[in-house]
Amino acid sequence: MRNRADMRRTTIRKAFVRSIPVMAGYIVLGIGFGVLMHAAGYGLLWTLAMSLLIYAGSMQYVGVGLLSGGASVVTAILTTVMVNARHLFYSISMIRVYRDSGRLKPYLIFALTDETYSLLCDGDVPEGADAEFYRFLVSAFDHSYWVIGSVLGSLLGAVLPFSTEGIEFSMTALFLTSFVEQWIKKGNRIPALTGLGATLLSLAVFGPERFLIPAMLLITLVLSLLRGRLGRGEAEA
Amino acid sequence: MNRMGHSALLVAVMSAFTILLRFLPFLVFRKRVPPYVAYLGKVLPPAIIGMLVVYCLRNTAILAFPFGIPELIAVLAVVLLQIWKHRSLLSILTGTAVYMLLVQLVF
Repeated sequence: MRNRADMRRTTIRKAFVRSIPVMAGYIVLGIGFGVLMHAAGYGLLWTLAMSLLIYAGSMQYVGVGLLSGGASVVTAILTTVMVNARHLFYSISMIRVYRDSGRLKPYLIFALTDETYSLLCDGDVPEGADAEFYRFLVSAFDHSYWVIGSVLGSLLGAVLPFSTEGIEFSMTALFLTSFVEQWIKKGNRIPALTGLGATLLSLAVFGPERFLIPAMLLITLVLSLLRGRLGRGEAEA
Repeated sequence: MNRMGHSALLVAVMSAFTILLRFLPFLVFRKRVPPYVAYLGKVLPPAIIGMLVVYCLRNTAILAFPFGIPELIAVLAVVLLQIWKHRSLLSILTGTAVYMLLVQLVF
């Protein structure tokens, strides 16, 4: 039994450490969301409900505008699909990683945000940790940071005691470290460059408000065309 | 329907469709993952991470002051530190601190 308790402790510790990079970003962005909701006339329970049940950062920011503007249900559906379409890609690439996850699988899928995806997409689990429990804890820690940040923001209202200007860069830095680690692995460089190049091209053509969907389509198209070249190792994989 | 009732409906809709998007691939490809989809699952992660880096930096003004210089310095700090030490948390905290100092005190 001692080994099991050790494994549990190791898993909790490793999962917490893995989730730390997301903590600052989620708490700060969560505070921003709570502050915005408060300013729009939606109190703590609304903020809590959205952060618990939607749990998608950029969608929730957009959602404040939809709520306060009294948007139609159709508008809300279309906006959600557009803003969150990238989650289809995350899920597709996690089918293998989550294949053997048992009863926790529905929560793992529900909680697959950009940041949690970036922490778990390599499929690696630290030595001595239980894979399913580890992935669940990383997901749940991230979710809790988002909820805690949102609640704090709602309570703080518009009053912030210190300047947090620029702290949103932690998100950029998080993706950059993932990018560097992906870049180092063999066979990832052409896909990585495709992602950068296609997105930059799309940004130049469509501008910062509308480039994400074209970028995703272009990335999929280019990677599909490169399949003959990049997919050679498929049989062994 | 009153305003708060309509708002509750919108929250439910946003939640339901976000959940649907996240679950759809798992439901559609439950029995067998087609080789093409498996291939996409293998090559998409590095591409999507690249896309998200650009997404985070999408509003950087490179044609007006400060010409994206704070972003460039902070990005270089993160990338070089990560290549050197491979300690993600260290790279993120250092890069963020560098960026905050630059935008609050320098530029």
